[in-house]
Amino acid sequence: MDLLTRAGRAARQARGGPASHAHDPARVVFLALFGLVAAGWALVAIDGGQFLTMESVVGIQQRSAALGIVAIGQTLAILAGSLDLSVAYLISLASLVAAEIMAGQDGNIGPAIAAVLVISALVGLFNGLVITRLQVHAFIATLGAALIIKGVVDHLYDGPAGKVPESFQLLGYSRVGPIPVSAMLWAGVAVVAWFLLSRTRLGHRIYAVGGDEEVARLSGIRTPRVIVITHVLCSVCAGIAGLLLAARLGAGAPTVGTDGGYDLESIAAVVLGGTALAGGRGGVAGTVGGVLLLAVLDTIFNQLEINSFVKDVVRGAVIVVAVAVYARRGTRRTA
Amino acid sequence: MLSMRGIGKGFLGVRVLSGVDLEVTAGEVHAVVGENGAGKSTLMKIICGVHAPDEGTIEIDGRPVTFGHPIEAQRSGIAIIHQEFNLLPERTVAENVFLGREPVRRGLVDRAAMEEATARLLDELGEGTFGPRDTVKRLPVAQQQIVEIVKALSVNARLLVMDEPSAALAEHEVELLYRLIGRLRDRGVAVVYISHRLREVFDLADRVTVLKDGARVTTLPIGEVTSDELIRLMVGRDLGACFPPRSAGAGEVRLSLRAAGNHRLRDIDLELRAGEIVGIAGLQGSGRSELAKAIFGAEPFTTGEMTPSCPRSVREGVAMGIGLVTEDRKAEGLALRQSVRDNVLLVARAVGAGNRGGVRDLLERVRLSPARREQEVRYLSGGNQQKVVLVKWMTMAPRVLLCDEPTRGVDVGAKAAIHGLMRELANDGMAIMMISSELPELIGMSDRIVVLRDGRVAGTLPAGASEEAVMRLAAGEVG
Repeated sequence: MDLLTRAGRAARQARGGPASHAHDPARVVFLALFGLVAAGWALVAIDGGQFLTMESVVGIQQRSAALGIVAIGQTLAILAGSLDLSVAYLISLASLVAAEIMAGQDGNIGPAIAAVLVISALVGLFNGLVITRLQVHAFIATLGAALIIKGVVDHLYDGPAGKVPESFQLLGYSRVGPIPVSAMLWAGVAVVAWFLLSRTRLGHRIYAVGGDEEVARLSGIRTPRVIVITHVLCSVCAGIAGLLLAARLGAGAPTVGTDGGYDLESIAAVVLGGTALAGGRGGVAGTVGGVLLLAVLDTIFNQLEINSFVKDVVRGAVIVVAVAVYARRGTRRTA
Repeated sequence: MLSMRGIGKGFLGVRVLSGVDLEVTAGEVHAVVGENGAGKSTLMKIICGVHAPDEGTIEIDGRPVTFGHPIEAQRSGIAIIHQEFNLLPERTVAENVFLGREPVRRGLVDRAAMEEATARLLDELGEGTFGPRDTVKRLPVAQQQIVEIVKALSVNARLLVMDEPSAALAEHEVELLYRLIGRLRDRGVAVVYISHRLREVFDLADRVTVLKDGARVTTLPIGEVTSDELIRLMVGRDLGACFPPRSAGAGEVRLSLRAAGNHRLRDIDLELRAGEIVGIAGLQGSGRSELAKAIFGAEPFTTGEMTPSCPRSVREGVAMGIGLVTEDRKAEGLALRQSVRDNVLLVARAVGAGNRGGVRDLLERVRLSPARREQEVRYLSGGNQQKVVLVKWMTMAPRVLLCDEPTRGVDVGAKAAIHGLMRELANDGMAIMMISSELPELIGMSDRIVVLRDGRVAGTLPAGASEEAVMRLAAGEVG
């Protein structure tokens, strides 16, 4: 009975903190998302349109999927106190590798996917080792990797190349009911990452290393290993996004990653989702919310046919305001 | 169970430990005492695998071991409670306790087991005010200390190293700590206890090892030594250095504090007079640096009075003619990648006043070759860097100069030069407040020594007071 009552008491105590979850940034971002959907509905209605049509809902999901997958990987890197600027070029590279190997043949899909995953993992390994072994700041290390990939891609390609077979293109466009396959892929990646972060030792260590690397080290965690693994996972996510984009384009393209601005956009989505840029705080749920928020914002602007410059200004403002709000919450709590 | 022999360690050519022996037996509380900078913390970090010793051997149960990473020390049954908190504020109590050792079931972290074990340990300590799922940053400091202790206990340590565990605790919490340590000893755990507070050493320890200047002075059973003897062992040394002669007398009051305080300081009464050097003594964490920062306006006083006026910001402090030579010149005093000239003019440019033309004269006055004016500060020796910091303030001709550890990490020659310069400035009519952990320096330089303890003034001593007298006030030993 002792153990049970104790565990029960502990659980009650834990729930005791009434505000403990109201402060959760992930919740804040989803509240903001609902608010935005409501506002969008009203605005579009005033404008004489209909906001949440089947078309727009599918559009939001499809627009989000690639960025969403990259941002999940970015979340892992940022939680560990790192970040990855090489994802955009890696996406381009992955799309080219996939399309070239597939070369329009159904039989090559398997090897192409495997090759993309292996190459992405190697890029992540490179990033992680440069950061941990050579002690280069993640910003510079991954920027360097980005330029190296850019150089290789630019040298070999000056336009779209390769061909993705019809069957693989289904990944980009087909859907089950209102849910596109690409969105399911994104959801799958998100669930795996969430599971990893909350239920595995590695996840706990990622939070520890990002929270305070010295504390983690003194607690017996081999911190370099954790950082390398998160970079491998982050790059693999970028590789998956590259596969998805290749499926959508029907070919590989040397600019598909950079045109989408996936490097900075993914970091913005992570931060918008309440994950601390310095690491150690946040999670996957917030990032999903952040990505959806950006996509809904885009959809509203598209439906209202607003000038795209205004769109960028508003996006920028939203990101800055969101981070300022999180910062205020953070300080108030510790005060 | 632990035996260390001939341990030596240096950092960047500075010898921190040499030839230190330490033996700890199971079921013993072994205190390690020494002044600030005697090498206690470094020795502890070697025990728990944070630093590898340059020389010497470590044996556990007679088997030689080398720790390349803290995890290897952990596996040998060594746990440590560090002086600074080693907790992740954003994570829960249970997550912190089992950090790096999360229990796993079928490959997944077993949260329930983790929280249950944490709850059980908290219960054992009689701690009912918080639970395993509370976020650490919401807990007050004393409870965070308890989390640290729980973390160390959960390892099932055979040797527990506690580095100043009571520093953040209130009186009744220290009682709790005593009971805990007693229980550990009964279980046959060896405890290495580092503390500045001699009362705790006498209350708890079976034996005590005294370190001084990186070497072991002696190890004694606690019954064979008195508090006075222990202090003498810790500080006793020759006053080798020569200090400039003191001035004739103090002039007008430049600055005075009455019952001043903020979140770190309470009821401070202090007067700084022209031409006088006032020494501030105290142990680490006693509020020395905080006092300087409060007077300077960096962390302003919130209660009490300061005359002529109380600066609310650094700009106001500088405008009042107050200068602060910070404790950490590399982080807070200098822009390392800029030239000597730019650094010297840092303050003058910032407040748009001061003597900008006289850089050459000022550098000559501190005997820093003007030819080095354009050199980046980071290439200068520690002593010359410190001179640059002083010159930076001299451009303003401040009325009050606060010096926090002005000679830390500086070689003997430069030390004497800085001492001479400080006395010269005082003789020119500046009021100087000097903080130093080196008692001989403090005693040699000061016209008056104010001793701080726990954020309050513990007492004031005249020029030439003994080291024992200072230590007694600082450590809270009466009589």
